[in-house]
Amino acid sequence: MAWTKKHLLDIESLTAEEITTVLDTARGFKAVGERAIKKVPALRGKTVVNLFVEPSTRTRTSFELAATRLSADIVHFSTEASSFKKGETLKDTALNLQALNADFIIIRHSASGAPHFLSRVLNAHVINAGDGAHEHPTQALLDTFTIREKKGRIAGLNVTILGDILYSRVARSDIWALTKLGAKVTLCGPATLVPKTFEQMGCRVTHDVDEAIRDADIINLLRIQHERQRKTMFPSIGEYTQLFGLTKARFAQLKPDALIMHPGPINRGVEIDSEIADCNRSVILEQVTNGLAVRMAVLFLVNGGKTLPETPAN
Amino acid sequence: MPEPTVILDANAIQRALTRIAHEIAERNEHSAEVALVGIPVGGDHLAARLAKILAGIWNHAVPVGVLDTTMHRDDLDHRVAPTVHPTDIPFDVTGKTIVLVDDVLFSGRTTRAAMDALNDFGRPKKIQLAVLVDRGHRELPIKADFIGKNVPTSLDEKISLRLTEAGAAQDEVILKKK
Repeated sequence: MAWTKKHLLDIESLTAEEITTVLDTARGFKAVGERAIKKVPALRGKTVVNLFVEPSTRTRTSFELAATRLSADIVHFSTEASSFKKGETLKDTALNLQALNADFIIIRHSASGAPHFLSRVLNAHVINAGDGAHEHPTQALLDTFTIREKKGRIAGLNVTILGDILYSRVARSDIWALTKLGAKVTLCGPATLVPKTFEQMGCRVTHDVDEAIRDADIINLLRIQHERQRKTMFPSIGEYTQLFGLTKARFAQLKPDALIMHPGPINRGVEIDSEIADCNRSVILEQVTNGLAVRMAVLFLVNGGKTLPETPAN
Repeated sequence: MPEPTVILDANAIQRALTRIAHEIAERNEHSAEVALVGIPVGGDHLAARLAKILAGIWNHAVPVGVLDTTMHRDDLDHRVAPTVHPTDIPFDVTGKTIVLVDDVLFSGRTTRAAMDALNDFGRPKKIQLAVLVDRGHRELPIKADFIGKNVPTSLDEKISLRLTEAGAAQDEVILKKK
């Protein structure tokens, strides 16, 4: 199916077919990364702006490499070095970038909806690299890509997302993507971080970790953002590990082919035992490789998203 | 809507491929240097068929690859993003004579993209082009070395190749008005 969207703002507004188109396209781009020459000219002459109004290393680096491998030029615009500290509004910053003829704006922002706002005021293609606690669409796409590659399908799988759901844009995007593709999603974590309201998104909510992981085909661990929540959402890190961490004892209870995923950065010994993070059923580093392929696919697809009719190839 | 016309039936396709294979064999004295690379969708299946016929002529296996050209196209800004197909070239192209195989030669832009894409895998000694149908209307200075059938067309016509490998009931090449 042809992709006609000009932006990638969230997973919620995508159809299952559109998600599948991204995953299929990413397969081709993953192969490019395995060649001696890892670069194709698809976006030659295009300018990509990484507008990161919230710190990030791996997502920013991944988008940078994705744009570079598509032969685009990329510039970074981050909070530390920008005019935001001087009081410029997001709209003015974005219009300035557009005045430099930027073709793509990749935005990470602490405010939910910031990418949607930019898509309304700019002509450039806008890609959401994480907005507040709302969505992180490329993370969900790389997670579903990894699951499909490893398991051969998404539909019918039991996926358990474990940890801080409330503050997690990754969880929201994952839930949308996985449920649209037919997976059965279970959310688990402390009641303060996993409220029952998430059942409205079509998943199961439980606070009993042993029950949540018993039948899981995939365990997706989310980082405990302890810099923010240590004092308020649960009593202590040690207690969190004891009650909700993926310990060796819990790992032994999993289905023998269950896969361990984590969007990173991992807190070894907190949400995941260090040895489990490195074991052969952990696909954490493959997620990073796949993230690059998925981001190349997204840039490639939105570039053609102008609702033009598809022309014959020969 | 006008009825589609069959311009090559299953037998005609097979005869054309057999003749092309013999022409490839005649042109290329050093058979060990020759490898086929098909362009999806269509050219990949034709390349596999040609390799089989050539293996019979030369009495040795002929390497076959598949090359996706979408990332090297020059019209990516003017169209919806094309479907990306997997590329699989299980041999070193450097020093080889690569015969690109496509179903229909039209503007020549796919061939140009294919030559660029191929260069990312190494430096072939020669690149030759085999097509099942040449329908004219070239936009670039490109010409096929081996042609199954020349079909004069108008721009509002479309040529499609249907092969059993791709799920068709029978092999045929059809022409219809858009």
